[in-house]
Amino acid sequence: MIREDGLAGRLWRIAIWAAVVIFVLNVLAVIAVVVIDSVAARWFGTWLPPAFVTHWYSDAWADFQLSDVLIVTFEIVAAVVVIAGVLGVTAAYALARRNFPGKQAVMLIFLAPLLVPPLTYGIPLATLLYKFGFGGTMGGVILANLVPTVPFMVLVMIPFIEQIDPRIEAAARVFGASTFSLFIRVLMPLLLPGILAGLLLVMVRTIAMFELTFLTAGPTSQTLVVALYYAVFASGVRAGQEVDVMAVVYMASTLIWLLIALRFVSPTQIVSRAKQRA
Amino acid sequence: MSATAASPQAVTPARMSLRQRLAARGIDSITLLVLPALLALVGLFVYPFIYGLIVSFAPKVGPFYENYHKFFSDPFLRSTIWHTLALAFPTTLLSILLALPIAFRVRLMRRQRTLTTILLLPMTLGTVLVAQGLLTYLGPHGWFNRVLMLLHISGRPLELTNNYWGVFASLVLTGFPFTFLLTLSYVSGIDPALEEAAATLGGGAWNRFMRIFLPLLAPGLAVTFCLSFVQSFSVFPSAVLLGAPAGSTHVIAIAAYQAAFEQYNYSLGSAIAMIMGGVQLVIVIAVLASRQLFYRGPVGGTKG
Repeated sequence: MIREDGLAGRLWRIAIWAAVVIFVLNVLAVIAVVVIDSVAARWFGTWLPPAFVTHWYSDAWADFQLSDVLIVTFEIVAAVVVIAGVLGVTAAYALARRNFPGKQAVMLIFLAPLLVPPLTYGIPLATLLYKFGFGGTMGGVILANLVPTVPFMVLVMIPFIEQIDPRIEAAARVFGASTFSLFIRVLMPLLLPGILAGLLLVMVRTIAMFELTFLTAGPTSQTLVVALYYAVFASGVRAGQEVDVMAVVYMASTLIWLLIALRFVSPTQIVSRAKQRA
Repeated sequence: MSATAASPQAVTPARMSLRQRLAARGIDSITLLVLPALLALVGLFVYPFIYGLIVSFAPKVGPFYENYHKFFSDPFLRSTIWHTLALAFPTTLLSILLALPIAFRVRLMRRQRTLTTILLLPMTLGTVLVAQGLLTYLGPHGWFNRVLMLLHISGRPLELTNNYWGVFASLVLTGFPFTFLLTLSYVSGIDPALEEAAATLGGGAWNRFMRIFLPLLAPGLAVTFCLSFVQSFSVFPSAVLLGAPAGSTHVIAIAAYQAAFEQYNYSLGSAIAMIMGGVQLVIVIAVLASRQLFYRGPVGGTKG
């Protein structure tokens, strides 16, 4: 490792750490404002609210029907995670192990949804879903959310699968394993950390996915983020603190999963197989 | 051939043409595993995309190009492209310029996981929560303005919400973690031996960056720019909640949404969505093409 010990080098280091500190402080302040306001009796024009209460949580729970919204969110996210996991891992396995004519075109189809703004395909997709009777239903929301998550899962899994020595699979084949038992008994145990990391990120992305859910959801199929949007959009109807309660619930529900995901993999590992030097 | 044809599973013509040189049947079936995901994407992405393109050329009244003509002749609609680019370009660039030096620092740290986790935190917050938080935080009585006034940087509260700067701040906050994650993985993929060699040969910090790192990083930075740009370019909820959706932050996503789901003109909405994708595509191609100007090759040490 090389250190610059001159004055310029030291100033540059200080400037970088200052930038990090300012960024982190602002992020924490934004979170703190939301959390503090959710337990504030009344907060206007002072550094901190004069009194703290907890009744906004029970109020918001009743007013926004948060338990219903949470159940719907959970059901949608679980369905997306399972379907994206099965489709993504199998497709990633084929793409990692085989070369076939048209593979470039297939890869392009898997890359395109990540490079096109969600609204560009979201608007025609929502129109079609309404046309076929899926609009406003939970099924429609799940189908729409598969578009970005399946390619994401495929692209995350390909490097993980390439890391596994193909001779292990060849050995399993020699002993007569079918493709299915190869998957269940050989690949799954080896791929488990990668699959878990990928699925947890799919989960975070689906909870946070606003545009596609917003376009396809009806009143009974709103996820937390869409309900939060409507609450902020119509702020003034309800107390601001209740909106912040919903924001806190939303934050907690994504944060837990991200922290779990980061316990399984190093963050950079998700994007590439960067070699970490000891 | 006779071996594959004898199998009842081998009647798919795609498989016959694919793998005649592979006798083992089980290997062919692995290639087919790509099909479920592929069919799902063809049905949910390719088909709607083509449908949208066709619908956009079938306006309610007028010739087939009427929607596109309307978009480019109506200054209120046309200006959305500039509003979006004026937000997306500076925020993406700022995120990369912030992420690059920080990633260089973090790369040298032994315990990077904690700091990386903290820096990735805003990713979980999502645009709607950040918008709600910033409305209070940057508001006239918020902490940000209070600190500025306490430090006598500003005499009166700055107007930072319901305009361009509110959306700008939210895009940097939500965009930075993703940019940082990508940049960090590209930076740590470069073999440190290359930098050590340059330092041994007397290259200063600036020279090492310009002559060793930048050429090696250019392809990765181009990809990072594209992926971050997609997120900024499709800004929608924060532009509504935190910006001036009828004025300076009337971005193209709002125009597309309003046309399709408020005026129920799906044809115009699809047309605007296609224009959005088109502008995005032009910029991605331009950025990816510009990376041809840089070095292309391995980023590992070359000595075996």
